[in-house]
Amino acid sequence: MNQRIGIDVGGTNTDAVLVDANGVVGAIKSPTTVDVTSGVRGALTELINSIGPSAKQVDSVMIGTTHFVNAVVQRKDLNKIAALRVTLPGSASLPPLVDWPKDLARVVNGGSYFISGGNEFDGQQVVPLDEDAVVKAAQSIRDSGITSVGITASFSPLSSACEDRVAEIISHECPGIRITCSHALGRIGLLERENATLLNASLLDLATNTTDAFRKALDDVGITAPLYITLNDGTVTSSELARKFPVYCFASGPTNSMRGAAFLSGLQDAIVCDVGGTTADIGCLVNGFPREANNVVEIGGVRTLFRMPDLISIGIGGGTMVRENPLGVGPESVGFRLLEEARVFGGSQLTLTDVAVASGLMDVGDKTQISDLPETLFTAALATAHQKISLTIDQIKTDSQDVPMIAVGGGAPLIPEKIPGISEVHRVPFHGVANAVGAAIAQISGEADQVFQDFTRDDALAAALEIAIENAVKSGADRQSIKIIEMEDLPIAYLPGHAIRARVRVVGDIAAKPKEC
Amino acid sequence: MTVSELKSIEISDMKNIALGGSFLGTGGGGDPYIGRLMAEEAISKNGPVPVLDVGDIEDDALIIPVAMMGAPTVMLEKLPRGTEAISAVETLQNFLGKKATAIFCLEAGGLNSTIPIAVAATTQLPIVDGDGMGRAFPELQMVSMTMGGISACPMAMADEKGNSIILNTVDNLSTEKFARVITVEMGGAGLIALYPMTGAEAKKSILRGSLSLINSIGSIIHSEQAANRNPADRLAHDLKGIRLFEGRVLDVDRRTEGGFARGNCIVQGLGDCSGTQIKLEFQNEFLIAQTQDGIPKALTPDLICLLDLETGQPITTEQIRYGFRVIVFGLPCDPLWRSKQGLELVGPRYFGYDFDYKPIEQLNAVL
Repeated sequence: MNQRIGIDVGGTNTDAVLVDANGVVGAIKSPTTVDVTSGVRGALTELINSIGPSAKQVDSVMIGTTHFVNAVVQRKDLNKIAALRVTLPGSASLPPLVDWPKDLARVVNGGSYFISGGNEFDGQQVVPLDEDAVVKAAQSIRDSGITSVGITASFSPLSSACEDRVAEIISHECPGIRITCSHALGRIGLLERENATLLNASLLDLATNTTDAFRKALDDVGITAPLYITLNDGTVTSSELARKFPVYCFASGPTNSMRGAAFLSGLQDAIVCDVGGTTADIGCLVNGFPREANNVVEIGGVRTLFRMPDLISIGIGGGTMVRENPLGVGPESVGFRLLEEARVFGGSQLTLTDVAVASGLMDVGDKTQISDLPETLFTAALATAHQKISLTIDQIKTDSQDVPMIAVGGGAPLIPEKIPGISEVHRVPFHGVANAVGAAIAQISGEADQVFQDFTRDDALAAALEIAIENAVKSGADRQSIKIIEMEDLPIAYLPGHAIRARVRVVGDIAAKPKEC
Repeated sequence: MTVSELKSIEISDMKNIALGGSFLGTGGGGDPYIGRLMAEEAISKNGPVPVLDVGDIEDDALIIPVAMMGAPTVMLEKLPRGTEAISAVETLQNFLGKKATAIFCLEAGGLNSTIPIAVAATTQLPIVDGDGMGRAFPELQMVSMTMGGISACPMAMADEKGNSIILNTVDNLSTEKFARVITVEMGGAGLIALYPMTGAEAKKSILRGSLSLINSIGSIIHSEQAANRNPADRLAHDLKGIRLFEGRVLDVDRRTEGGFARGNCIVQGLGDCSGTQIKLEFQNEFLIAQTQDGIPKALTPDLICLLDLETGQPITTEQIRYGFRVIVFGLPCDPLWRSKQGLELVGPRYFGYDFDYKPIEQLNAVL
């Protein structure tokens, strides 16, 4: 592996690491700032100071960020969008944004337009595209001052021609407008794909500003290496693509932390317990990647088909409040105020960090501040935290055999040594910056999810694989290094004939000479 | 069974009904989500849908069952235009020269559990508390009305382009065969209105209380989820169901035959079931549950539902993937299905499995 810097921009801390073929070279933690550029610049400066100026010569920089998902959850920094639905005469019963939380819909809704067109399940046209209607919609969008549109046509994952033609007309009529086409976000399921498309369209201003701010931070400290942004699935994309598809960056935090745990421990299959300031996130690594959740994933109340890691979060972290008489542990947390409010830092709130220091598990702050703490209290509080963690691990486990567990996150010392069903708790160096490590080691992925008509199963899978590989290469993967990580076929029920839906996901290393971003 | 009677359907009932509908989907029948949204839209426009007990309906009233026919996957992409329902019902009414008194739900499992409510709300007709299957089944003739000697025809089909077609066939199996071909021409899915029947016929042949049942199931699952309990125990208690197995999906094998997603999945035991396996056979719906030694634990037409081990959320045969942690849950079918005629329509042998039907209570009797 060449030299890479991985950065995780979290709510409280920005972590940065430099990783090469031998492992982690250096790591730092610095506070996240409201101004994106100065926070990342601060973290990079600190990292360079700790390693030396050679750190500027890295081959690539990977950044994981929660900016985009937070924007949706908090309904801020979103731009207004126009929705184009190309499905008439079908699908008119349920308009775009139909099942969105009202407050979010109000923020982003810049008008919906229904157009005749789209495809049938075999990729054929339902009816010819009504180009005049598209032109009219484009003029109305232009007059309304909307600068971002989402286009969704029925069965567009089978044939993108219809959406492409609509996009062409719109960009001709509305110069400079930004367009998200639903086929680029994959997946069968019109409403969910449209939701993802519209969320994406509403994040484009923020995505441009954020990636520009990241790039500027790199330039400021003299790093010229290409910038990559980490995605939900533990892989990265070029900042150029992230700018166009911010929705793919939604859940990168937990994924990075689990991938980092795999790298730091050398284990590919294990439970990962990541104890942060507010929560412990417990998930399961399979083949070095997080196991994904079964269910439809809602982002800020919007139904999508994104794959997210299957995690259980509980209110156990370094900042978790501990109450006496009667004893209570969490789920409330002092959060980012830990350094002011915890007893060992001179505050007045008893937290699990104080309990860990009193128990000799951590060595931070001023021990004398808690010398009056009765042993019965801190041992009972610790036992409660241990029990909550153990119970959750039992829930996430799928194997009746004992399995190994990797302890990561700043609060990792709170994880007990002995847990029922766990063969061994692996404590790893740099556990506090596992998420930044996960960002640094990320690869590039490509996916295909399409319906194939009159293909044999093998031919359909082969065709899907080819599309997935091309998508990965387009995103900057080295063709030679590509590996399949998921491949499945689903026959389409209740239709005579041979319609098969095939889904393939591949990953590969970043190509040696990626395009400058 | 503690099922509270549903008197009218409001917007706030639709989440429970949709969840209960996906439970009775027994792994197939598509996602009730789209029908739920359509019903919510129509109810917000036209007001709540009155729910009628079939006993209160005049003997000479006309009842029209409705459903979506075709591939659920297609319906994920091609949402209804909204006019198909009215078109199908009107086409049938015009053919019969009579107006419908109430809409009826052909299939209370899967997508079709919610579509008729949307149709009732749109046409501003009441809906009868009942259905023809008590679950999901893959074919049109697999309804209690077939056992009651009621013809599926005349049957109306309508699509989003404005096409509407009337079918008259010699028997209900033929209706299924012709209609299936027409759905393909309609782009993979169409709305159907069929089995027109009088109040008197309905009283003799429908399965009663199905809408109240799915509403109760949905409300149990939601309230147990909210209390962080797996709903399986309360469902078992309240519905006389059986928690058949608990484990992790080890293998899924799918293939298409004659337009059906056939296959099986093997679940490796966890907890009390450690060291054993159960094998589920499916053809869109789950039809057979058997041990690794081939001993049956549940057979169609009894219901086999797969639930997420943590949340109790129903899992469809399309969704199952390696590693899912699941509960296999069994529920006795309506006694009508256990008749000779019922088993000929939907018993294990109709689906090509070499098992003689035995009720799930007997297969799992505690010795």
